[in-house]
This record gives sequence, C-alpha cells and structure tokens, in this order.
Amino acid sequence: MANHDIHLSVRKGTVHALVGENGAGKSTLMKILYGMQKPDEGTIAVDGTQVSFSSPADAIARGIGMVHQHFMLADQLTVLENIVLGSEKLYGIGAGARRKIAELSDRYGLGVRPDAYVEDLGVADRQRVEILKVLYRGATTLILDEPTAVLVPQEVDALFDNLRELKSEGLSVIFISHKLGEVLSVADDITVIRRGTTVGTAVPSQTTARQLAELMVGSELPTPETAESTVTDRPMIEVEGLKLLADGDSGRALLDDISFTIHEGEVLGLAGVEGNGQTELIDALIGLKHADSGVIRMAGEDITDRSTRRRREGGVGYIPEDRHRHGLLLESPLWENRILGHVTEHPNTRGKGGFWLDIKGAQADTRRIVEEYDVRTPGIDVTAASLSGGNQQKLIVGREMSHKPRFLIAAHPTRGVDVGAQAQIWDQIREARREGLAVLLISADLDELIGLSDTLRVIYRGRLVADADPGSITPEKLGSAMTGAASGHLEQTQESAGAPAAKAAAQQAAQETADAAAEAPEDEAR
Amino acid sequence: MKKFDKERLLLAVAGPVIALVAAMVLTSVVLVASGKSPIEPYSLMFEQATFSDVQVLIINEAGMYYLAALAVAIGFRMNLFNIGVDGQYRLAAMMTAVVGAHVSLPAGLQIPLLILVAMLTGAFWSGIAGILKTTRGVSEVVATIMLNAIATSVIAYLTLDENFGVPVGNNNTTGVMHKSGWFPGIDMGDSGEIYGFVIVAALAGVLYWLILNRTRFGFDLRATGASQSAAAASGVNAKRMVLTAMLISGAVAGLAGLPILLGDVHTYSLSFPTGLGFTGIGIALLGRNSPVGIALASLLWAFLAKASQALDYEGYDKEIAVIMQGVIVIAVVVSYEAVRNWGLRRQQQRVGEELAAAARAAGESNGNNDTVKEVAAR
Repeated sequence: MANHDIHLSVRKGTVHALVGENGAGKSTLMKILYGMQKPDEGTIAVDGTQVSFSSPADAIARGIGMVHQHFMLADQLTVLENIVLGSEKLYGIGAGARRKIAELSDRYGLGVRPDAYVEDLGVADRQRVEILKVLYRGATTLILDEPTAVLVPQEVDALFDNLRELKSEGLSVIFISHKLGEVLSVADDITVIRRGTTVGTAVPSQTTARQLAELMVGSELPTPETAESTVTDRPMIEVEGLKLLADGDSGRALLDDISFTIHEGEVLGLAGVEGNGQTELIDALIGLKHADSGVIRMAGEDITDRSTRRRREGGVGYIPEDRHRHGLLLESPLWENRILGHVTEHPNTRGKGGFWLDIKGAQADTRRIVEEYDVRTPGIDVTAASLSGGNQQKLIVGREMSHKPRFLIAAHPTRGVDVGAQAQIWDQIREARREGLAVLLISADLDELIGLSDTLRVIYRGRLVADADPGSITPEKLGSAMTGAASGHLEQTQESAGAPAAKAAAQQAAQETADAAAEAPEDEAR
Repeated sequence: MKKFDKERLLLAVAGPVIALVAAMVLTSVVLVASGKSPIEPYSLMFEQATFSDVQVLIINEAGMYYLAALAVAIGFRMNLFNIGVDGQYRLAAMMTAVVGAHVSLPAGLQIPLLILVAMLTGAFWSGIAGILKTTRGVSEVVATIMLNAIATSVIAYLTLDENFGVPVGNNNTTGVMHKSGWFPGIDMGDSGEIYGFVIVAALAGVLYWLILNRTRFGFDLRATGASQSAAAASGVNAKRMVLTAMLISGAVAGLAGLPILLGDVHTYSLSFPTGLGFTGIGIALLGRNSPVGIALASLLWAFLAKASQALDYEGYDKEIAVIMQGVIVIAVVVSYEAVRNWGLRRQQQRVGEELAAAARAAGESNGNNDTVKEVAAR
C-alpha cells in the first residue's frame, strides 16, 4: 500500500501546497487525482460531486490538469502547435485556437508568444506553455509537480506571480515542492504527507519552515553543527585552461578556458542554470569526454589522459546528476548496483588483480550501506528501480563514500531527496571534507550551494564568469550572475557602507540560519 | 526475501510458457485452417521423441544449436546483435576442415589446434564488424549481415578445385580430415553415436555462466548491456567492450559447426548444415540468454526439427514445425517484454507495500506517533 487515509481538500481560488518526503506518496496521490491510477478505497469529489477517474482524459474533463516536472513539449513545433496538439477539436487549429491562446495568455499574464518555436524558449517560458496547455484544455484545478526545481530565483518569483494571477481568477492550484521556503511564500494552505498518509495541515502565516520540516520527517531535525573551515592549502584538483569543443563541424566551445583549484577539505560550489556546461565539465573531470586542450591535475599528478576507470580507482567519487542514466543499473539488484563503478576495488573483487567478483563481500557491504545510510528497502535483492528516488540516492552516496574518495563530484546530491536524508547527505559530505575530501558541488538549489560551499563560482555558457564568497552572497545576486547579468567578483552591496561587509554578512547568515535552518545547509559561523 | 525469489522464478518461467502455449494455439489454428487435425501432429511428434535413435539425433542437433545460441547470447547481454553467427561458424568450419585435412599432429595436439583455428576464424570474421562499429560507427547488424553474404562467397572461392577443394561426385568438399582430428563420440549402440563435442558445448555453457556472473569482466559486460551510460560512468571503456564482446561472440560461433565436423562428416562440403546462426538467435531469445534456458530451448528446437521429419510419412507437412518455431520467436519477444514490465511494476508495488507496513508497525509501537497533529492553531 503506497497511500492510506489521505485527506486533502483544496479550496477554490487558493494555492494548496503538498509537501512530504520523497517516497511519502505525493506522486501516487497526484496520479490518483489525475486519473493515472485508481484508488482502492475512498472518494474524490470535485465541486461537491463525487467522481471516478479512469484516465487523465476523465480528469481533464472534470477540470483537473497537470503540469509535469519534465516538460512534455515537442521542440520542433511552435507554441501554438504544441498547445493544440491532441485537443484539435476544442477550438480548431487556426484562428480560433490562436484567439483562445491569446485570451488565456492575457487573462493570466502568461505572456506566451504563439508562433515561437519551443526549442527557442527558455525553461521558464516552456513552463508557462505547459501551464497554458492545461488551461487551454479547460482546467480549473492545476497540479504543478515541483515546478521550481528547474528555475532560478527570479523565474520562481515570476511563476509565483502567475500563480497568484490564476488564484485571483478563481482557479485552484495544487503545488508540490520540497522547498519549504517557497511553499510558505506562495501557499494558502499546506498539507503534509508522511509515509503515505496525511499527517497534518498548516497555515503558512503561523508556521515556520522548521516546524514544517519536522512534521514532514516526523522527528526533530538535527541542528546544523558549527565547524571551522577545513580548507587546506594542499591542492587536490587543479584544472587549467580546460576547453572542450562540441562534436561535429560547428566546433562550438562547450567549455572554454575553465580554470579552478579545489584544495583538500574544500567544497567548491558551481552555480549555473542547467545546460551551461556543467554536464560537460563533469564528463571532462570523470573522463567520459577528453578535453581538447587544458590540463587536469589530481594531487599534483597529470590525469588529463587517464581513463574513467583509472580516475575512479585513484579516488574520484561521483554522485551523478542523472542517477538513472549514470548512477544505477535500474533492473539489477541493489548489491550489483553497489559494485557498479567500483568493480575493481575491495570488497567487490578478490583474487589476483581483482579478476573474480566477490559476491558475498559485495552483498555484505551492501547490507552495511543499507543500514548505515538508512536506505529503506526490504532487502538487497530487489531491483534499484523499485526504490524511491531518495533511497536510490542514499544508496549511491553510501557507495561513493564507502570508497573514501579524495575528490568527490557531487551533482545535485540532494535532488529529489527528502529533508531528513538531505541533512544526512550534507553531514556525510562535511565529515569527509574534514578528513581532507575535495568536493565539486553542482546544484540548482542555491541555498544548498551557499550553505555547503567554501568557494562559489558561476558557470555561464561554458565559462566561469563570476566568483563569490558564500558568506556574503544572496541567492538573488547569484541568480543574476547565473543568467549572465552580472560577472566578476560578486559583492553584496550593503546599505551600511561603513560596516565591514564580512561582518554584516555574518550577521545576516546567522539570522538566516535561525530562520531557515531546516532547509539550508548553513553549517559555518563565518 | 524468499517471497521475491519465488516470484522471480515464477516470472522467469511465465515468459517462455506463455510463448509456447501461444505458439501451439496459433499453430493449431493454422492446422485447422488447412483442414487437418490440430492434435495429431503433436502426438506423432511426441511419439517420435520416445525412439532412442531420434533422441540421439536431437541431442546432437541441440549441441550445435547450443553453441550458436551462446554466441548470440554473448552479444545480447550487452545489446549487440550479432547476426553474423551464421557466416562466422560456416567460415570457421571450412577453415578447420582445411587445416584438419592438411595438418597431421597427434590427437592430443590436433584437436586443440582445430578448436583454436575455428575460434580464431570466427573471431576474425566477427572482429571485422566489431572494428567497423568502434572506428566508423557502422551498425553491427548491417555489418554482420553483409559479412554473412561475403562469407558465403569466400567459402565458395576457397573450396574451388584450384584452391582447397576436393570434388567428390557432384559435391565440393575440402577433403577428408586426418583421423587424429576426429572427436571421439559416445557410442549408444544401435541408436547411433552422440557427438563428443556436445560435452564441449556443455562446458562452454558453464564457462559462459562463470565469466558473466562471477568475473569483473562479466560484470562490466552486463553493466554495458543494462545501461551503456551508467557503465561508461563506472569506468567501462565502451569501445573496447564492444570489440571484445564481438570477438568472444565470434570465437564461440566458430565452435558451432564443430560437433558435426569433428564428430561425423569430417569434411566441409556443400551439404554442411546452414542457418545454425539464425536458429541460434531464436534460441537465445527463448532461453533468455541464460545458459540453462538456452540448453532447454536448444533441446526444444532440436526436438521440433528432428521429430517433425516423420510427419511427412503421415500426411502432414513437416513445415508445421518451422511454423511453430517462427511463431515461438515472435510470441517470446512479446511475452517476455510484457512479463518483464509487469514484474518490474509489481516489485515496485511490493516494495512500497512492505515499507509502508513496516513503517506502520514502527509507528504503532511508538505510541501516538501516527496521530494527526496540527501545526499552529487554526
């Protein structure tokens, strides 16, 4: 049973936030509401009439529409064509449809251009197209699944303005999110789900992020411990003038003149809107793509030409951004996934040169990881696909940390992970850092970046365009550099010009820690 | 955990069983449509299988199928489609026959030499496709199909009189091999002789299992098949893996013709069995690339091929068996995919259920932890 005793009522004309740990049953609930899955018990009522959905089409007919986390748009088609696709009967495909789209776009302030090609649109614009698509089909209740995961702060604000517009026109919005700060700022009502059941409701004006987080996890949160900086002056990873060209004739530079150094015990945070070269940088560091020019050194040794396997054996840990594509064998049991990436290392192999697999050893160690990292699973023989995203991530983190990496590439280490596991993963990274681990942290969660990093860099169109001190930077300022609006060394402009910036920032940071301890990995009293 | 194991076994069996039942039903429909009894051919074939000489034929045939299917399965395990097993084994058998006819060593050396020649020839032929794929990105499917056709021409050329050919009547042969290269068989009296090479085939199956499931190399190979991107990130050199898998697949394919060559005919001629490679594809599919599954599938295929011979004498067409084999392959692909999807979904559900149950149990023992509490007075 994934869900039981769920009670949720959404008032007309409100934004209702649904929060809960990953695997708590939010997605299942949404699938039921959207007709993708049938409930075994219980009822759904829309406008007071009891309904039963057997497909998304039924749900749409009742005015319930869903905006998925991963956009479902055809790049080669225009916005108009994308919106009309599949609903040609509603307003035709010509002038009628265009009129309707213009009307909806105006009424809700979406600013959608019907003739633009989707491939030319940014992420935020695509999201608005998705929303319009749902409205076009006559939805009066919108379900938004983690809509802010892919947006920068400025875009999030714009989205929230749109949501308020929708609300004022009498539409209802169900908003699913992990980011409690956002939930508190936009929602009218909040429902918390834990272990498949609704455990509480809250009113944003009378709740703090911390209280919400505790309700989600079901226990008190560990307070982020304060620790002094562990940054040393021994460089672990040095990248100099790294350049990577696109395949084919275009020869466009995907990475251009990337240089940075990460010392032992240092976390370097890399901020950037997705698709600005982060993936390519990871590939170059792990050895999946070989640089066209430039040098990568690890602990003083030139590893530019080393294979992925030799780099990993040499102590490069990797928490991939797309765990399904790069971190797991979904249809293989957990213990085989524990071997993945470390097949040449103890405890996975034995014999001379590690020729034979040590299956018993790998299984025993998988049990240890499941235990120590709190991977919720009935056993180690189930396939990785049957675990929830957060538990898959815990398994990956456990696996990578078990090999005592010297350099960890952590791409979105807590994406899709619940609050409790998030704190745990941060703790593990911090602990390893204390022992001299160098970390490259790439994350779309700016609070995480700022809270966990010792140094911040911003990547924009394949170049490192800005750097910042995490002690004094705000998400907004970072966000503007991410969109290319600012570059160089980012400094927070203080009203109190006389006071030393660092001191003011420390105070600010301390206050933020108190406010948003539950969601931000603030760990250092700077 | 036991529950999952039992269920996994059930799922593993469900796929082929559904496919076989579907195939029998469809074949019966064909029989009824052509105005014949839909039952009798089956009973005739089962009766055939009770004769010991037919059993020997089935085992011998299955040995060759097994090797061919193993070769295909090695490719399948990493998503490589080696359609070229057919060309590889024929070319290998011919080369082996030529070497066996021209080199004469003591049996203890001659047989290993012949096996080596067969494996190297097969690996050479599949290696061409492997190199084309890794260096030029040519699909191995296209390359191996082409190489099959080329192999046919190469064999025709090499067996010409002016090359290695020795004409015997209307037949082009490569001459009789030296006796030291004949592989001793297992005498079954009146029923005939089981090829000794069948035991080699069985050993190959054990080795296949051992390498794939118990070695680092096997893990890398399976990981590549399961997810190329994850394997690459884990440090597998994808290109080298493609080439290695192609070479091994070809080497095993090279063995497929040896049971009959070393155990019975001792020469490569126009009447040498053809099409083993394609049969192997169907068998590898049916056997789900598992050594035991492939063994059972080989036996089934050999049964259909050999027991159907007698149908002609009873007024039925022996092609019924061919229809059945074809339908099995199609049914297998469909039913495996369906069963696989169902199994994955089901396991996901079960894991969710177990965790929820465990969580509830924990919640109850903790007292009122489960009760709904309100944050902030409303």
